[in-house]
Amino acid sequence: MSETLLELRNIKKSFGTTDVLNGIGLSISRGEFITFLGASGCGKTTTLRIIAGLEKPDEGQVLLEGRDVTYLEPHQRDVNTVFQNYALFPHMNVEANVGYGLKIRKVPKEEIKKRVSDMLKLVQLDGYEKRMPSELSGGQKQRVAIARALINSPKLLLLDEPLGALDLKLRRAMQTELKRLQKKLGITFLYITHDQEEAINMSDRIVVMREGKFEQIGTPDEIYNCPKTSYVADFVGNANIIEGIVRQAGEEEILVETEGQIVKAVSDPGVQAGDKISLAVRRENMKVCGDCEEGLEAVLKDKSFQAGQLHMTLNLNSGKEITVSRYGMDAPLSQGQKVRISWEPQHAVPVDIRREA
Amino acid sequence: MEKKRKKKPGLFLTVLPLYVFTICFVVGPLLYMIALSFATNGNGSDTIWRFTLDNYKKIGEPVYLESFVQSFQLAITSTVLIMLMGYPFGYFMAKLSEKGKKRMMLLIMIPFWTSSLIRMYGWIIILQAKGVLNGILMKLGLIQEPLKILYSYPAVVVGMVYALLPFMILSVYSSVEKMDWSLVEAARDLGAGRARAFFDVTLKLTLPGLLTGVILTFIPSMGLFFIADILGGNKIVLVGNVIQDQVTRGSNWPFAAALAVVLMILTSLMIWLYRKITHVKDLEGFF
Ligand SMILES: Nc1ncnc2c1ncn2[C@@H]1O[C@H](COP(=O)(O)OP(=O)(O)OP(=O)(O)O)[C@@H](O)[C@H]1O
Ligand SMILES: [Mg+2]
Repeated sequence: MSETLLELRNIKKSFGTTDVLNGIGLSISRGEFITFLGASGCGKTTTLRIIAGLEKPDEGQVLLEGRDVTYLEPHQRDVNTVFQNYALFPHMNVEANVGYGLKIRKVPKEEIKKRVSDMLKLVQLDGYEKRMPSELSGGQKQRVAIARALINSPKLLLLDEPLGALDLKLRRAMQTELKRLQKKLGITFLYITHDQEEAINMSDRIVVMREGKFEQIGTPDEIYNCPKTSYVADFVGNANIIEGIVRQAGEEEILVETEGQIVKAVSDPGVQAGDKISLAVRRENMKVCGDCEEGLEAVLKDKSFQAGQLHMTLNLNSGKEITVSRYGMDAPLSQGQKVRISWEPQHAVPVDIRREA
Repeated sequence: MEKKRKKKPGLFLTVLPLYVFTICFVVGPLLYMIALSFATNGNGSDTIWRFTLDNYKKIGEPVYLESFVQSFQLAITSTVLIMLMGYPFGYFMAKLSEKGKKRMMLLIMIPFWTSSLIRMYGWIIILQAKGVLNGILMKLGLIQEPLKILYSYPAVVVGMVYALLPFMILSVYSSVEKMDWSLVEAARDLGAGRARAFFDVTLKLTLPGLLTGVILTFIPSMGLFFIADILGGNKIVLVGNVIQDQVTRGSNWPFAAALAVVLMILTSLMIWLYRKITHVKDLEGFF
């Protein structure tokens, strides 16, 4: 790993009586694209504001290039933010907005003009210099906000759900564009989203946040394929969570008892026979078949076709609901039919491992 | 967007009362006053409807010119003071908790429950030679002899500021209240210190409120003759005083009308100039 740019040490923060951050720690390398992924209200923005200096933590430290900046004012740190609501200055045109940071740094007027124009080219908004923010579309505002932050060449760029307000198509296009910018400029990005696809597409590393804690930190591949907890498996992979007890732990596979039956799962070094665990199996990795001998018994409750995928809702014998999806419309199954659900052992990942004391 | 709006027949009926009201109580009296200013003054309070420019020529006399100068001076002094006091007041009031705001609003409104005339007499008690202010200053040993504040220019300024400050406070308050503070945070994030962010963002965005406040204080301060009467003795003669004098004792209504017309024109001119200089297009609720 390359050199550390930002380090968070045991940050705690509460507003009144609600604890918003419960001791989070993280270190980010220079040039990394790191994403905070989490449900609404889990403390993503608060963390960002603490890094930007807009909020002071109750406990813990923020280190930027090894220097403690926890109590420095926002203008004293080399960090810029793209705000959740853009926060463009309504009384300044695009040029003045983008050039604001340089103007404060007393960069000569001519140079500001040139750099603003270069920056606007980079975000594909050349020719928009004289427009007022109120005359821009959402996507254009977004790009102005990004340009305004990037022009200062910060060590770290914080982006708070920058694409949240855009429609799906524009979102995809902007994702690619942002990634391109980040590669080109080599600036470290700390990106917030609650969209798992976005996180997986763009990040070098993902931090899954839940109720003011970091649930799991890892590459998109690790987070998606080897979730550590059922929360991560569900939030990132839309996985089905099936609880059970390990009956036999082998080298490659383990046998797990659930719903009165034995199913197979991939082995995990932490798992022993007798452990209570959950298995995370993603929707698209489950097979439903009407006349199979093996697999969990279930009853098909509902079928629906969305975005090229067939979604099936099933009930296990215990009543637990399972969702399965697959491409195509080829399931010759009818509602109320008794079926069996099965999967390849490597697609069932043990999570939430709990050992009886 | 304005152009695309279709005229609805029902709309006319709903705004009709508004037109009637405006014509009866604003446009009508105004036209009457302008007409009156070109009429001839007869004996006593009679007005002879014969066209003349004498009323306007009379304004050129030094006594009356002097009253205009004095009015403007006083209005500018009071307005500047009100601005300097009212802006911070309104700003911090907008930053109070919801409860604090309500309380402060109440405190500002309470004086309005009493006639402003009576409140001006209250200032006499405070400012007079053996009054409250001198008493305190002498007790503190800051002065030996009582100050002669009452019946002077400063006393009138005090009265004006006191009477008009609430309007400035409330108009600044309402615009600061609407501020999007994330813009200040954005400025801070981009490298601005507290003061810089205030001048670049907060002040600029609340300027309409401040300017509305200025107009709300400047215009009345040109005409509040009773304050000059009560607190200025007969030393301070404002246009308002002259007009009042002409209407009551002088019984010269046409001349009073001419003074009023000129005052109105000058005030409008000042506001126009002021808006030109400050480049503010939308004064909250004005124009
Ligand atoms: N200034 C504040 N005062 C009180 N509570 C606050 C304040 N700011 C945030 N909170 C609370 O802290 C929690 C976390 O808020 P935060 O804005 O960090 O969430 P988030 O993860 O960014 O959510 P979202 O995805 O909806 O933006 C929320 O429960 C919120 O109500
Ligand atoms: Mg947020």
